[in-house]
Amino acid sequence: MNDRIHIACRLIRRDFSLEVDLTWPDRGVMALFGPSGSGKSTLLRILAGLERPPAGVVRMRKEVWQDEARGIFCPPHRRPIGYVFQDAALFSHLNVQENLIYGLKRVPEALRRVPLDRAIELLGIGGLLERRVVTLSGGERQRVAIARALAVSPELLLMDEPLAALDAARKREILPFLERLHRELVMPVVYVSHSPDEVARLADHLVVLEAGRVVAEGPLQTTLARLDTPVRLGEESGVVLETVIGARDAAWHLCRADFPGGSLWIRDHGVQIGTPARVRILARDVSLALDPQTRTSIQNALSGVVSGLAGDRHPANSLVRVMVGDTPFVARITRRSAAYLELTPGKPVWLQVKSVALIE
Amino acid sequence: MLDFSDWAALWLTAKLATVTTLVLLVLGTPLAWWLARTRSFWKGPVSALVAMPLILPPTVLGFYLLLFMGPEGWLGRLTHALGWGHLPFTFAGLVVASVIYSLPFVVQPIQNAFEAIGSGPLEAAATLRASPLDAFFTVAIPQAKPGFITAAVLGFAHTIGEFGVVLMIGGNIPNATQVVSVRIYAHVEALEYTQAHGLAGGLVLFSFLVLLVMHWAQKRRDGA
Repeated sequence: MNDRIHIACRLIRRDFSLEVDLTWPDRGVMALFGPSGSGKSTLLRILAGLERPPAGVVRMRKEVWQDEARGIFCPPHRRPIGYVFQDAALFSHLNVQENLIYGLKRVPEALRRVPLDRAIELLGIGGLLERRVVTLSGGERQRVAIARALAVSPELLLMDEPLAALDAARKREILPFLERLHRELVMPVVYVSHSPDEVARLADHLVVLEAGRVVAEGPLQTTLARLDTPVRLGEESGVVLETVIGARDAAWHLCRADFPGGSLWIRDHGVQIGTPARVRILARDVSLALDPQTRTSIQNALSGVVSGLAGDRHPANSLVRVMVGDTPFVARITRRSAAYLELTPGKPVWLQVKSVALIE
Repeated sequence: MLDFSDWAALWLTAKLATVTTLVLLVLGTPLAWWLARTRSFWKGPVSALVAMPLILPPTVLGFYLLLFMGPEGWLGRLTHALGWGHLPFTFAGLVVASVIYSLPFVVQPIQNAFEAIGSGPLEAAATLRASPLDAFFTVAIPQAKPGFITAAVLGFAHTIGEFGVVLMIGGNIPNATQVVSVRIYAHVEALEYTQAHGLAGGLVLFSFLVLLVMHWAQKRRDGA
């Protein structure tokens, strides 16, 4: 109870309804994932108090921010939150520095835990302080907006698709900062996104919304590997593994990422041995065989046990979950292949992983 | 060319326009804020009332104000009961009338500016610990500054051009209600065209300058 964040609400509008009851840990990044119109942003606005559903409960650890049954509603400016808007929402009449201190100077000194210098350094905006907001690029704006939200030392950081309005190059510019935030700050984050890539990189806990309802929810690794209510990532279905870099092979520029139950060789990005690394394996990059393959280009072969099968979006395909030790993998193969290999839960198989992406 | 009374009329006009503009900025800002933000049923009727002076002949406005502020009107009784006497044919009466007469010219630009800000910056302010009142003064008003400048210039200029209302409730009392427009009328009545030219030409120049300055201010803002 004291280490959880909780929201329960019912909101019915003419063309939209939202009905959720969620509780998640107060550490790490909770990703709210779903297509546009699924209610992710509305849920975030309710957490912030910008939206007030007639029936709603919001609790941050022990503190009740909203409980309509008991007549409690804490307005947004009294909630210890930071909010990053999709369009940055910087104040155009202030320069960057003034934007950054707008919130900071309204926070009592005793509650300031994130020094402004730290926020500026984390987001790499030291050179922009005197600039007018209108002269900033989209990526710069968003970084300033994130630093501005951090500067109020929030107990909960809410981010509404902070990268959605940016092109691919600007996204690549900001993602490393977000990953750094994720690693270096302990505050819990709720991150709204419709991008599987951002979710795979940043999330620890995943909530999938569709048409105002929660369709899947849980720790990222297990939620992505669920087949019953498949997370609709389409071509980007796959799993995320928390690994530790265990060895390097300098001659071939490879490094070994170890996880409970096995290891994978991936391209060496210069990561130190012993550092944690998050890798992502798409279902379409995993194939299955009943015997170990020897004369093949695929270096990453793992032995596992089938633990579930399910249909995929296209009737020709099926998704197969294979456990390697305690670590779930998902493979997308054709249904004909599944029938040919006579795959059933409990059957031992060899996984061949064609591609592994190091994402953190 | 201008005699002492002409200068007195000019001074009175400037004083009236200044006081009226200041009163309007103070009263018009909350009204404009409410109109820009409300979803109430009353928005329509109140907007219509605010805009009425745009359409009504000034004489109609002046006539009813004369009745309201006179000894038999409710405003007149109120001011009398408060010991302020009656407003018609006084400078204070002119201020009250001008405030109503120029109301839309001040409220509408401010309201438009507030509406253009939208809810985004105010929500951002709220998530940065600013109370609604705090956000109003530190975000809404600074961001609506161009609207305030337009409102002040229009309110000032429109009050200077006031004639019908003044004639109805102010008459032609030197140093109290004899403003420039009334003075010009008096000159023309007396066939003193030279003096009329002096004042009238001055007003033409003034109006042109006001509009020119507004245009430049607009251009600078758009360019920024």
